[in-house]
Amino acid sequence: MTALRWTNFFRYAVLLALAVVFLSPVYVIIVTSLKPLEDVSLSTMWELPASIDFTSYSRAFMELAPNVMNSFYLVIPATLLSALFGAMNGYVLSKWKFKGSELLFTLMLFGMFIPYQSILIPLIQFLRTIDLYNTIWGLILTHVVYGLPITTLMFRNFYASIPDTMIEAAKIDGAGFLGIFRRIMIPLSITGFVVVAIWQFTNIWNEFLFAVTITNSDSQPVMVALQNLSGSQIVEWNVQMAGALLAAMPTLLVYILLGKYFVRGLLAGSVKG
Amino acid sequence: MIMAGKTAHKKRITRDQWTAAAFLAPSLILIAVFVYGFISWTGYVSFSNWNTLTPDFSFAGLSNYLYLFRDFRFQADLRNTLFFTLFFIGMVIVLGMGIAILLDQKLKGESIFRNIFLFPMALSFVVTGVVWQWLLNPSTGFNQFLKVFGIQPRWYTDTNILAGFQWGAIEFGLPVAILAVVIAAVWQMTGFSLAMYLAGLRGIPDELREAARVDGASEGQVYRRVVIPMLMPITVSVVIIMAHISLKIFDLVYAMTGSGANFVTDVPGVYMFETTFRGNYYAQGAAIAIMMLVLVAVFIVPYLWYNRKGENG
Repeated sequence: MTALRWTNFFRYAVLLALAVVFLSPVYVIIVTSLKPLEDVSLSTMWELPASIDFTSYSRAFMELAPNVMNSFYLVIPATLLSALFGAMNGYVLSKWKFKGSELLFTLMLFGMFIPYQSILIPLIQFLRTIDLYNTIWGLILTHVVYGLPITTLMFRNFYASIPDTMIEAAKIDGAGFLGIFRRIMIPLSITGFVVVAIWQFTNIWNEFLFAVTITNSDSQPVMVALQNLSGSQIVEWNVQMAGALLAAMPTLLVYILLGKYFVRGLLAGSVKG
Repeated sequence: MIMAGKTAHKKRITRDQWTAAAFLAPSLILIAVFVYGFISWTGYVSFSNWNTLTPDFSFAGLSNYLYLFRDFRFQADLRNTLFFTLFFIGMVIVLGMGIAILLDQKLKGESIFRNIFLFPMALSFVVTGVVWQWLLNPSTGFNQFLKVFGIQPRWYTDTNILAGFQWGAIEFGLPVAILAVVIAAVWQMTGFSLAMYLAGLRGIPDELREAARVDGASEGQVYRRVVIPMLMPITVSVVIIMAHISLKIFDLVYAMTGSGANFVTDVPGVYMFETTFRGNYYAQGAAIAIMMLVLVAVFIVPYLWYNRKGENG
């Protein structure tokens, strides 16, 4: 019994030590962001602020607010559209398989792993041609298209778990392709929609490469603005940390409130369901 | 489709099949154009002379690629990517599996710990980069604690190449600076492997472990001989997913360190971005992009192929 207690003590000690390391960045972000600029120095970085000061938050908010709005204008339609397309594809690829559908699915999945650098030059040429370069709509189109593989994968795995007998029964009752989709698949996949939407929301919000190459100035999403803030000449660490926290807040909130679904998305996208 | 119309039943199926095709077609066309079409176009550009602002599609042969292989920066990028990938994957697996096994002991507070290790997954690499740049700044951050032990690593500002020897244009060896980027990336991505290993551990029935214990295996042996081998498929997935993230990494490096002195923290993703969009060397950038794609494909294509086979069989 004592041996077990010692083992447990050891386990807690290791977990606790790791947890402290993992949380230390959070501590530094919060502490630094609450200090006025004159108190932010390299030597006192770990010390608590002498007094709480929200100036850095108002500064960061003023800098980032328009870009935060851009991110919302981007993320909401892109998430909804890619979830819808994913559900449609997943339905066909799980319940209406045809010769070659597995191959097509694999070819689609490849699109989720490619380095996006390898499509970036033609993509920008294309967006310029159709006049969507440097617009939020251009980014929405981009994220919907390159989100298709992962959303299709998630819905396909999700729908695979709905028994075929249910579909057969509906067919006997006279339901067709669309009827089954509307009355059986969609109502049964509300969780699927939540998982996919959370996953896409987080990924698109956090994405940087497309954002920095497709948009400039007015239409930039928040991550690009945050990077610009940290790349500027005067290094105001308190404003940077406040900015980092503001930019991360929406996805962090989603994680805190709906973390279970986020993890399900992570697993659905990586392991065969 | 040719056999359509024989019976009413068949006819309905056919109409349904048409609707199914209509569901799938837009996505397939988009993927065909935006993935395969655009990759081909990038390949085409990489063989052209388009190295100024105005497009020039005259044939340049392999010159863009030949340039890369002689290029100090690209050689440094490949070296950095190799060591980044090895250390990053190694640490993500050891930490993810280790923490998962610890959390699987039905300890109190398991969910709090789990969330502490998982939450960085919800952050952007840009946020991680900005924060860790400050934490691993040589004159502040963790170095203030390490002062107690008398060590002051120079983190991402270190230009040393460990065990280096001249190879091609570069000094080949472990670039110390890249380890700072590895730490930040591990902090962010450990949650990914942790979540996967936790799901894997839950799938291993307790009876199996019990049986091993009854046979006289020690706790350590139960894990070494039974549990860890059973987690092998998960480890393969983690390696593949982390490898493709690491080979195409861009935002973390760009936000945290940039290329670094002597390109000690440069990676192909940053090189491609700067060459193409800052320098307007489009053909050169396209060649880097194609090299990145080839590196990723080496891991991904067999993985996808194997998974597809597994599904049919």
